Amino acid sequence: MSIVRALKCRECGQEYPIEPNHVCEFCFGPLEIVYDYDQLEGVFTRELVESRPHTMWRYKELLPIDGDPTVGVQNGFTPLIRARNLERVLGVSELYIKNDSVCHPTLSFKDRVVSVALSKAVEFGFKTVACASTGNLAGSVAANAAAAGLESYVFIPHDLEQGKVLGAGIFGTKIVGIDGAYDDVNRLCSEVAGKYGWAFVNVNVRPFYAEGSKTYGYEIMEQLGWRAPKHVVVPMASGSLCTKIDKAIKEFIKLGLVEDEGTAIYGAQATGCSPIAQAVKQGSDLIKPVQADTIAKSLAIGNPADGYYASRVIRDSGGWAEDVSDEEVVDAIRLLAETEGIFTETAGGVTLGVTKKLIEQGRIPRDESIVVCITGNGLKTQEAVVDAIEKPKVIRPSIHDFDAMMAEEQPKAAADA
Amino acid sequence: MKLRVYLTFHEDTVRQPIIWKLGKEFDVVTNIRTAEVKDHMGLVGLELDGDDEVIEAAVAWLKAQGVHVDPIEQNIIEG
Repeated sequence: MSIVRALKCRECGQEYPIEPNHVCEFCFGPLEIVYDYDQLEGVFTRELVESRPHTMWRYKELLPIDGDPTVGVQNGFTPLIRARNLERVLGVSELYIKNDSVCHPTLSFKDRVVSVALSKAVEFGFKTVACASTGNLAGSVAANAAAAGLESYVFIPHDLEQGKVLGAGIFGTKIVGIDGAYDDVNRLCSEVAGKYGWAFVNVNVRPFYAEGSKTYGYEIMEQLGWRAPKHVVVPMASGSLCTKIDKAIKEFIKLGLVEDEGTAIYGAQATGCSPIAQAVKQGSDLIKPVQADTIAKSLAIGNPADGYYASRVIRDSGGWAEDVSDEEVVDAIRLLAETEGIFTETAGGVTLGVTKKLIEQGRIPRDESIVVCITGNGLKTQEAVVDAIEKPKVIRPSIHDFDAMMAEEQPKAAADA
Repeated sequence: MKLRVYLTFHEDTVRQPIIWKLGKEFDVVTNIRTAEVKDHMGLVGLELDGDDEVIEAAVAWLKAQGVHVDPIEQNIIEG
């Protein structure tokens, strides 16, 4: 059952039919999916959701597809970890990690948005899908398109690191490297999206794509035992994830699936690319575009499309936004790895680093539930931490050498052995 | 062609009649669709209509004036 009613302009409220369209013809405002929630009353229950397979599609009535999903059918439903070791280090009483660093199949939360975008693209009749990306999105579009038998194009800056090219190229996608300044590359991609009859996941099917992020929020609430957290810390690139986690919580409250806990949403950025965090901190509605300069490449969007809406959600929910230096990002990556055994990419370091900062500032209270959104895997950004890791000690293959090393490092263990 | 862009004006350009000047310098139809102007910056959603080469030159001119020009999707290259 689909309860999708229309595409609606977030600015002027003009409604449009469900088509591959992302911008209001009248005021250039972004379009968003609106639903007729009344149709789900008494139908969409906790029991119904719990009876379904553990994937992101267990909430399919709240996603903008008409039939069953055709792309990424197994995606989502990642672990929500009670992070007790991290609680002790940060001095808080209830902290959780929502761990999309293990999201199927490409180890980032982009698999959620891409599977909704491509499932909808198939419903629209598209045969070719595309995106412009420097990392996670490229891999996710390429992999999910391959599995669905769709042709795919991925646009990248020509000088992108080999490892990231490989992460998309292995899936047989057509990679187009573009030689030019960021803004020129960006504009070309916008023109290609307008000219060719493809589903460009974050352009002409963006309203559908973005809705996939809601599943991250739904899962948090279900995994907390059908409860909304008091505080959620979210990484911000375009700012879309902030708005969609907020939407997910409001939808579950509206449907009577959770109580309203007054959840506050907090946004996290790297200092070298923090246009949304700066706007929130300065109390401004306007997002000032910046040139990105940070190791957190997956968050490096200098002129974010949803920045205004993210800043509004943050303020309206009673949250806040902060940013952290690259050094703090690396420290936070190590902290998460050493306390909870989770290796996250730089974006996760940003989110945990900001969480730590907000707790220290007293903006997030220490005695209420906190969820930290970890959205990608550290194996993809190893270069960021390679110098921060201690090099292994090398010994000869001799028990005497090992005994000597142990006596130096752990005298008691060596004496007991 | 028609080109839809967001123009961001910074503190030093926000008080200048740049869109009026654009219409004088280039044979393009300018159509403002949305705008928010504050003391320190301004944001304008603008449609430009004209020959391809003239539009390209007009965009280059805007950038040279210190105006940030992005497609209405803003930044679409994601991580």
